[in-house]
Amino acid sequence: MTPRRKRLYAIVGILVGVGLATAVALKAFDNNLQYFYDPSEVVAGKAPSDKSIRVGGMVTKGSVERKAGSLEVQFVITDFAQSVKVSYTGLLPDLFREGQGIIAHGRLHDGMFVADEVLAKHDEKYMPPEVAKSLKKPVPPAPEGST
Amino acid sequence: MIPELGTLALVIALLLSAAQSFFGLVGAHKNKASWMQSVMPAVAGVWVFVSFAFAILTYSFITHDFSIAYVATNSNTELPLMYCIAAVWGAHEGSLLLWILILATWALLVAMFSKSLPLPFRARVLGVLGMIGVGFTSFTLFTSSPFLRLLPAAAEGADLNPILQDPALAIHPPMLYMGYVGTSVAFAFAVAAMLSGRIDPAWSRWTRPWTVAAWMCLTLGIALGSWWAYYELGWGGWWFWDPVENASFMPWLASTALIHSLAVTEKRGLFKNWTLLLAIFAFSLSLLGTFLVRSGVLVSVHSFASDPSRGLFILGLLLFFIVGSLTLYAIRAPSLRTDGGFELVSRESFLLLNNALLVAAAGLILTGTLWPLVMDAFNLGKISVGPPYFNMVFMVPTLPLLALVGIGMHAGWRRAALASKGRRLALIAGGALLVALVITMGFYGSIGLPLTVVGFTGALFVMGSALIDPITRWRNKQGMSRAALGMAVAHFGIGVFVIGISGVASYKIEKDVSMGPGDSAEIAGYRFKFLGTDNVHGPNYEALEARVAVSKGELPLTELTTQKRKFKVQTMPMTHAGIAVAWNRDLFVALGDELGAGKWSMRLQYKPLVRYIWIGAVIVALGGLIATLDRRYRVRVTADEPAPASADEAA
Repeated sequence: MTPRRKRLYAIVGILVGVGLATAVALKAFDNNLQYFYDPSEVVAGKAPSDKSIRVGGMVTKGSVERKAGSLEVQFVITDFAQSVKVSYTGLLPDLFREGQGIIAHGRLHDGMFVADEVLAKHDEKYMPPEVAKSLKKPVPPAPEGST
Repeated sequence: MIPELGTLALVIALLLSAAQSFFGLVGAHKNKASWMQSVMPAVAGVWVFVSFAFAILTYSFITHDFSIAYVATNSNTELPLMYCIAAVWGAHEGSLLLWILILATWALLVAMFSKSLPLPFRARVLGVLGMIGVGFTSFTLFTSSPFLRLLPAAAEGADLNPILQDPALAIHPPMLYMGYVGTSVAFAFAVAAMLSGRIDPAWSRWTRPWTVAAWMCLTLGIALGSWWAYYELGWGGWWFWDPVENASFMPWLASTALIHSLAVTEKRGLFKNWTLLLAIFAFSLSLLGTFLVRSGVLVSVHSFASDPSRGLFILGLLLFFIVGSLTLYAIRAPSLRTDGGFELVSRESFLLLNNALLVAAAGLILTGTLWPLVMDAFNLGKISVGPPYFNMVFMVPTLPLLALVGIGMHAGWRRAALASKGRRLALIAGGALLVALVITMGFYGSIGLPLTVVGFTGALFVMGSALIDPITRWRNKQGMSRAALGMAVAHFGIGVFVIGISGVASYKIEKDVSMGPGDSAEIAGYRFKFLGTDNVHGPNYEALEARVAVSKGELPLTELTTQKRKFKVQTMPMTHAGIAVAWNRDLFVALGDELGAGKWSMRLQYKPLVRYIWIGAVIVALGGLIATLDRRYRVRVTADEPAPASADEAA
C-alpha cells in the first residue's frame, strides 16, 4: 500500500467513526432533552403529558402536605399567576422549603405533576434562572427568621 | 490600611506582568538579550507581589477583618481556622486571586527549570504567560477585587457556605486550578514555538513534563471534587455531568490527548500541527470552563454569584486568546513540514486513534454542555441535557479506546511487531473475559447492564496488558525508564477506574425508606436498623444525629451515624452521610426529614466497588508523577540535538 492510500484508509476509518458517534449522539440527544415549563404554560396545556419535562417555580407557603410517616409528599409550585400541584416520593433536598424556588423533573399525570427528582440549589439566595425569568411578579421578601 | 496594601500589590503585579510580557515577546522578536534577561526578575517579582496579596487576604480572614466586603460575606468569627483559610478561595473574588497565584507559581517554576532552553524561546514562553497574567490580574482588579471595603464594617460575617466547610473541598480548588492553569504552560510553549517557527523533538521534550504535571494535578483535582460530591453533595452520586464538572473534564480529555500526541512528536517528529492545536484546545477549554463558571450562563450546582460584566470580560479574554492563537496557527502551521511515515499498524496509528477518540469525547460533552445555551439563544425553548445523554454518548468513543489502550501500549513505533506479544495479549483478553464473567455471574449473580461484562473485560484487559512490560523487565532484571513505567502505571489506573464505574453503575442499590427508631430495612443482604437520634453540638453548627446499626445476616458489622446539621449563621440544613467502607463496597446512609408519626426518611445505598473510581484516578496521577520524573527531561540539550533557536542564542 502506498502511504497515500494508507492515509486515505485512516481518514475513511475516522470519518466512519465520527459518523457513528454523531448518529448515537443525535439519538441520545433526542431522548434526553428535557424542556422547561412554568406553571402558567402547564395550566394552559402547553406541556406534553407523554414526555419527561421540568417544571419550576416557588413552593407556595403552607402547601406542603404529607400523611404522617409517609415518604410521599405533595406541594404546590407557583409563578404567582398559576399553580401546579406536585407529588414526590422520596428524600427532598436539604434546601427544599416553602417560599424557595425549585425545579422538578417528572411527568404530568391528570393535572398533577409526578416528580421523580426535585432540585433546590445549595445557596439560600439562589434562584434557578428559568424560575426567576418565569415569575410573573417579583418575589416577596422572606419574613425574618423563617426556617 | 492592610487591604489597600493588597490592592497595591496586585497593581504592581499587573505592571510587572505587563513588563514580563512586553520584554519577553518584543525582546525575543528584536533579539535583544538584555530585554530577554529582564524577564526572569519580572517573573519573580510578579510571584512575590501576588503571594503578598494572597497572604494579606489570608491574614484578613484569620483576623476576621469584616471591613473587607469579601471577608464579611464569606467567613464568621466562629468559623474554624482551617476553613477561614479555605474561605480565601471559597467564592469568586478569592478564587480568582488563587488562579493568579497559581499562574505566577507555574511561571516561576518554568523560569527556574528552563535554564537549559535557548534564551529567546524561554523569553517567549514567559512572555505568553505574562500576557495571560495581565488578562487575569486586570480581570480581578477591575471586576472582582477581593479587597473592596465595606463601610461601615460588618459586626459579624455572613459565614462560609456550609457545603464548602469540608476538608476535601478545602484542597479541591487549589488542586484543580493547578491543573487548569497548568494548561497555560503547554499553551505558552506552543505559542512560543509558533512564533519562533520551529518545532522539533527537543521542543516536545521540554513541553512534555510540564503538560504531564498539569494533567496530573487536573486528574487529582477532578477526583477530589468527585469524592467530595459523593459524600457531601450528591447523596451518593460520584459524577453528575454538571456544566462545571464538564468544564473541568473537557480540558482533561484535551490534555490527555495532548500528552499522547506529544509522545509522537518527540519520538517520531510527526503530528506537529495537531500537537500545537491540542495545546491551544486544552487551554481554550480551560478558559471556557472559567467563563462558564464565572458568568453564570449555565445552571450549575457550583452557583457562585454571577455578574454579566464579569462574563463579558472573560468572554473577551477567551476570544482574544483563542482567536489570537488560532490566527498564529493558521499562519505558521503550513510551514511545519512533517517527514517520515508509518505503517497502518504501528504505535503512531494507535496514538492517532487515541487522539481522535479523546477529542470526539470532548466534542460530544461540549455539545451537550452548550446546547441549552444555543437553544435559548435562538428561542427554541429552555431545555436541559440530562445525564443519560452524556452517559450514553461518552461510551461511544471510550469503549473502543479501552481496547485500543491495551493493544496500543505494546505496538512498536513505525511498524508494530504485534505478533510477538499478540499471543500473550489474546491470552490476557481471554482471561479478562473469564474473570469478568466470574465477577458478574458468580459474585453479583447477574449479567448486569448490557455493557457490564464489556466494561469489566476491558478494564481487566487494560490492567493485565499494562503489567506485561513491568513484570517481564523485572523478571529479566532489566531496568525500565520512568517514562515507560509511568505509562504502565497510568494505564493500569485507568483499568482500576473502569472497574469502579462498571461495578457501581451495574449493581448499585438505592432505596428511600421511612423508618422510626427500632425499625429495620434491608438492601443487598445488609440490614440497617435505626437505633435512635441524639442532639450533637459542632463548632459552628447544631446537629441531629441518627444512629444506624448495620449487619449482614446475623453478623453485626458496624454502627453508622448520619447527621442533619444546622449552621448557626447560614441556617440552611446540611446532610452529613454515614458511610461504611470495605474493599468491595460502600454502605451509605443519609438522614432525611422528620415525617411525623415518629418516622424519618432515610436514603440507604449499596455502592459496590465505588472506591476504585478514586483509587484508579490516584493511580493514574501517580503514573503521571513517575513519568514526569524521567531522567531525560533533566538532561541538558546535547550537541547532537541542536536547540531550535540556537542560532539566535549565539547572536
